[in-house]
Amino acid sequence: MTYRDTAIEVAGLTTSYGDHAVLRGIDLTVPTGTVYALLGPNGAGKTTMVRILSTLVAADEGRARIAGFDVRTQPDRVRRCIGVTGQFSAIDELLTGRENLRLMADLAHLDAREAGARVADLLVRFGLADAAGRRAATYSGGMRRRLDLAMTLVSRPRVIFLDEPTSGLDPRSRRDLWQVVRELLAGGVTIFLTTQYLEEADQLADTVGLLDGGRLVATGTPAELKLRAGGETLDDVFLALTGHAVATPADQDERQAAR
Amino acid sequence: MTTITYATRDSVTMLRRNLKHLVRYPSLTLTIIGMPVVFLLLFVYVFGGTMGAGLPGGTGSAEGDVSRADYLHYVTPAILVMTVASVANSTAIVVAKDATEGIIDRFRTMPIARSAPVTGHVLAAMAQTVLAVVVVLALALALGYRAGASVAGWAGAAGVIVLTGWAVTWLSVALGLASGSVEAASNAPLPLILLPFLSSGFVPTGSMPTALAWVAEHQPFTPVIETLRACLEGRDPGSDVWWAIGWCILTAVTCCWWAGRLFGRVRAV
Repeated sequence: MTYRDTAIEVAGLTTSYGDHAVLRGIDLTVPTGTVYALLGPNGAGKTTMVRILSTLVAADEGRARIAGFDVRTQPDRVRRCIGVTGQFSAIDELLTGRENLRLMADLAHLDAREAGARVADLLVRFGLADAAGRRAATYSGGMRRRLDLAMTLVSRPRVIFLDEPTSGLDPRSRRDLWQVVRELLAGGVTIFLTTQYLEEADQLADTVGLLDGGRLVATGTPAELKLRAGGETLDDVFLALTGHAVATPADQDERQAAR
Repeated sequence: MTTITYATRDSVTMLRRNLKHLVRYPSLTLTIIGMPVVFLLLFVYVFGGTMGAGLPGGTGSAEGDVSRADYLHYVTPAILVMTVASVANSTAIVVAKDATEGIIDRFRTMPIARSAPVTGHVLAAMAQTVLAVVVVLALALALGYRAGASVAGWAGAAGVIVLTGWAVTWLSVALGLASGSVEAASNAPLPLILLPFLSSGFVPTGSMPTALAWVAEHQPFTPVIETLRACLEGRDPGSDVWWAIGWCILTAVTCCWWAGRLFGRVRAV
């Protein structure tokens, strides 16, 4: 396979925080134009994986290439190809929605006319046109997430990382976001997303990697995985392969309470 | 475009963002201007009559507007330097707020100049410093302060203000990055606000107990205030100017290095 076909290539990725091993030898390949969903419970290492692939932190060992560029030795080349929407909102609350997008356009070095057009287009596409002049601090959770994603898209990234993009969103906002992901795919981008929601992986992903305790315990299409574990849902698969559920109801309650 | 023009462009973009923040969150700027204004009024109208009388060459009498005017003349340079120092509070808060929010990670995954976010903060803080000093100086002039400075003296005074502002800004950027939370950042620059009191700014060091006088004579704010005072009075500041420049450069360079190290480690949430 050439780099043109492979958007993300990871080999032997290992990292730990102090004594705690977070990732223990991850290998994966994501073909260009597909969605890879990393599915796992809290603490499985999903966010660490995104932070390494998006050049925020260095892994202890192993290699990762994005669009053919090494994340460790060519971080600037990688940054020119990627867009990242993290788990926590990365918007500027004192700026309006339009100004947030314009900030991204300026940092992407778009010229004034191009920047204006791109910002206007994204505001409409993400249903933020009416709220464009309001400060982001006044936005609802769903609007923030949409603005966050729109900001990621300003520079037209070829590889997009979405770290738990729909956690904390109501079902309708979640479905809206899924629709956006599908539209992006039609445009030829590659998406790497992490999620705790089995339905989300099932709905969106071409390939699902089940991450548990820093190891990929299974990889395949949702259908393959269901077939392999003889289960009806990815939930069954996860349970069959790891001996525990992705997220227990208690976990979910805890996260709700924390919020 | 070359790397340098991109770095400049990114820094200007960040400056614009930070200036918008200052305009939309005016309480920070009002606080940093308000504090020296209150001190100026307090020191001139409440303490000024007595303090002025006690100055060397003062009337010795606690009465009259003469000693108050003398003290206004004496204390204005100190209040101006205090204004510069008070900007530290706002800068540390703004930097810490930025560093603890998700947007810093977004910037770090973008192909922008690494230094741009910090440069934007430094430039915005310098703009804030100039604004605050102009407002406080205007008030001092309105109260009757008259500088005897020539054009060169005013230029020197402006230079001292900018150089001190530059040092204070780098110190507060580093404190903001080091503090890890907005709450901690709002307290970190407190010594910087109090230190000008332990200098020759408010009373001559000769009137202090020996040990305290020694501290006052050897801490950075004394040469800075003395240089500013000399410039505004149209005198030659002598060796004070070199001490002032030395302290400012030492502080700025050390803190710039420190801030750079901290910025590499900053991690949102």
